[in-house]
Amino acid sequence: MHELGITENIVDIALAKAGEAQATRITQINLVIGELSGFVPDCIQFYFDSFKEETIAQQAVLHFEVVPAQLRCRDCAALFMPQDTMWSCPECLSQSVEIARGRELYVESIEVE
Amino acid sequence: MKKIEVIQNVLEANEAIARRNRELLEKHGILGINVMSGPGAGKTSLILQTIAGLRDRLNVAVIEGDVASTVDAEKVQDEARAVVQINTRNMPESCSLTAAMIESALKELPLDEVDLVLIENIGNLICPSEFALGEHRRVVISSLPEGDDKTAKYPLIFVDADVVIVNKIDLLPYLDFDLAAFREAVRGLNSEALVLQLSCKTGQGVEEWRSWVLEQASLNRSGR
Repeated sequence: MHELGITENIVDIALAKAGEAQATRITQINLVIGELSGFVPDCIQFYFDSFKEETIAQQAVLHFEVVPAQLRCRDCAALFMPQDTMWSCPECLSQSVEIARGRELYVESIEVE
Repeated sequence: MKKIEVIQNVLEANEAIARRNRELLEKHGILGINVMSGPGAGKTSLILQTIAGLRDRLNVAVIEGDVASTVDAEKVQDEARAVVQINTRNMPESCSLTAAMIESALKELPLDEVDLVLIENIGNLICPSEFALGEHRRVVISSLPEGDDKTAKYPLIFVDADVVIVNKIDLLPYLDFDLAAFREAVRGLNSEALVLQLSCKTGQGVEEWRSWVLEQASLNRSGR
């Protein structure tokens, strides 16, 4: 649902970088997307296929690197993977935790010709 | 073939506008609160209850977000100092307010005459958690008829909340809502969030919410 605007951003970022490098064609866009981000790769792909038309990214492939969720305990600094939605530290049982990884959404790199 | 490193946050465009919105609010000494929930949990009712109790102490403006209609703006227009309705039906993100929408709405508000801006987000527990608006505080409402499993289904929105409101608490005797389990689940996701149980219909618990709003407004004015 909310992937339309952000897919437009992805295409804009890629086109701007390719333009700076005076590339004639974008062959691949490498995205990093966190498991906890609310964005769905399939939806981004769907919108991407329409946004890329008539641009130098027309032939480009979207590559997704999905980052698993990782939490950090604020009390003992242990890093751990969340178990369902009870986000407590397996080491010290503290419930004061923060997200260390898994909310990312960024364009890591593009491949151009 | 050449690989170009980019490392650019896709949401940066939104976040840059959100920072500007926040600076604008701060310049005018205004506290901004983003009110989020699923449809029908009581966002508009909470806003009406907030204004009703604080009208003598704070000038409240409301930004109403809906996919379509002006129903909510009509409900609050006689109560609030000013109201702006945003309809997202034809916008790229129809399921959440975004910072750019708030930037436009703020231009229509008499900022010098306002102390508090309540932003009623689109009724949705997924999308609004991704888009910063420039608010100072985030409130999530979960109401009893929705069931006590919302934290399990939509964890992210609870992770960033400053306050989680359990609304329609007057219905507790009639529903199988496990209040203790819900509170524990919220704590598991976000141990700092304040959880308030209230009923916008009966007014039970609403005073505690209003006190929190007043306290935040005064912290904001003193620059904290």
